[in-house]
Amino acid sequence: MYDVTYHRAGSVSEALNLLEAAEEGKFIAGGQTLIPAMKTRLAAPSDLVDLRHVAELKSISVADGKVTIGAGVTHAEVAASSEISDVCPALSHLASLIGDPQVRHMGTIGGSLANNDPAADYPAAMLALAATIITSKREIAAEDFFTGLFETALDDNELITAIRFEAPEKAGYGKFPNPASRYAMTGVFIARKSETVRAAVTGAGDDGVFLCSELESALSTDFSANALDGLSVPAENLMTDIHASADYRASLIVAMAKRALAMANG
Amino acid sequence: MTDVTMTVNGKTVSGTVEGRTLLVQFLRDSLGLTGTHVGCETSQCGACTIHMDGRSVKSCSMLAVQADGAAITTIEGLSDGGDLHPVQAAFKEHHGLQCGFCTPGMIMAATDMIRRHPEGLDEKTVREELEGNICRCTGYHNIVKAIMAASEAMNSAANKAA
Ligand SMILES: Cc1cc2nc3c(=O)[nH]c(=O)nc-3n(C[C@H](O)[C@H](O)[C@H](O)COP(=O)(O)OP(=O)(O)OC[C@H]3O[C@@H](n4cnc5c(N)ncnc54)[C@H](O)[C@@H]3O)c2cc1C
Ligand code: FES
Ligand code: FES
Repeated sequence: MYDVTYHRAGSVSEALNLLEAAEEGKFIAGGQTLIPAMKTRLAAPSDLVDLRHVAELKSISVADGKVTIGAGVTHAEVAASSEISDVCPALSHLASLIGDPQVRHMGTIGGSLANNDPAADYPAAMLALAATIITSKREIAAEDFFTGLFETALDDNELITAIRFEAPEKAGYGKFPNPASRYAMTGVFIARKSETVRAAVTGAGDDGVFLCSELESALSTDFSANALDGLSVPAENLMTDIHASADYRASLIVAMAKRALAMANG
Repeated sequence: MTDVTMTVNGKTVSGTVEGRTLLVQFLRDSLGLTGTHVGCETSQCGACTIHMDGRSVKSCSMLAVQADGAAITTIEGLSDGGDLHPVQAAFKEHHGLQCGFCTPGMIMAATDMIRRHPEGLDEKTVREELEGNICRCTGYHNIVKAIMAASEAMNSAANKAA
């Protein structure tokens, strides 16, 4: 790892000022992606601005069916939050499947979304829940936020402060974890709200997370696993790598969607 | 170089580190606490697991400066004087180790796991919770047995005390 100058921010405005003043600075939240990337020199920031002590990024609130989660909330905190599991148990379940306990104690929802790994779990939930990503500058709809592999709509000096979504009537998440890394080899998050069904797929698309129209139209008339019997999702635009072919991922999408529905209807 | 101060196993310690110094390097090289092991240094194996402010984390996956001001517990800080911690005693009793390389990390992960599950632990939960700790010797069987036995022993001790 190249040497780096560390700064600890106490507030969002301080974090933005520290980053602005740095030559090639980066925010660090849980560090569970960034530290490994710095070790392999895939990332080589001159300065790190630590967000872990910024209290305003750490709150969870649920009011009038609106869920707001601060960017600095850890995966373990989302998994353990009774406020979240009361209105959207699928999201708590998703958080409990990320990596391992040690990773969940450090890793944050903001860091995961800013990183937009094509096999990460949270992007699927944000897209299916039609969440809003709130930043230091603006509010971005999830559909406009994820722009490609490891790419987001964030500007260089823009910080995610929170995410917000309306609690769905029903939601579920089905994940086939890569047996070695635990990232999603295919993950499907399905949410229904006011007769609208949204189904987002992670780990499978060759351009990152996407909404799957085949699943959505099959489920819009019949929100049950039966509706998916015999359904096939095209393998075009799906990823082929050493772990799985595009065809295999296409069948995993249907299988994981059935698991997601079992949870949503269970 | 930056000065850091933290509480390690109940004692306040200070040192001067580079920005890039990993917490595990500070613990092992500066403080001489070599009980915390480095297996992979790539966040996979969990041999470097310690507690920061009461939660298990991988000390190879964070910088020493990130832990400035924190309370750290390593395997050296677990036992009470000459008496083994109940999780250490259970690993000994149930042969939860062979070469012992993964053991400090396993035990730190296990104590955190038991704390988070006061309702008790079943085999499935223990195996899932050990996702971040790799052992190349034991096949996990006796590790899982040791953790379940320790959880039971600690819960019944806590119930007696109450
Ligand atoms: C062994 C292991 C297994 C894992 N398994 C999974 C898995 O199964 N599923 C999964 O989804 N993920 C997995 N992860 C990744 C994990 O979820 C990370 O915690 C997450 O991707 C990054 O969050 P972080 O808080 O650690 O971010 P960091 O590593 O600190 O930062 C990541 C990036 O986000 C930027 N950033 C951080 N916070 C903000 C913010 N508020 N605003 C703007 N930019 C920000 C940083 O500058 C950096 O570029 C795994 C990681 C490890 C090490
Ligand atoms: S040495 Fe830290 S996880 Fe392997
Ligand atoms: S006992 Fe040898 S690696 Fe676990």
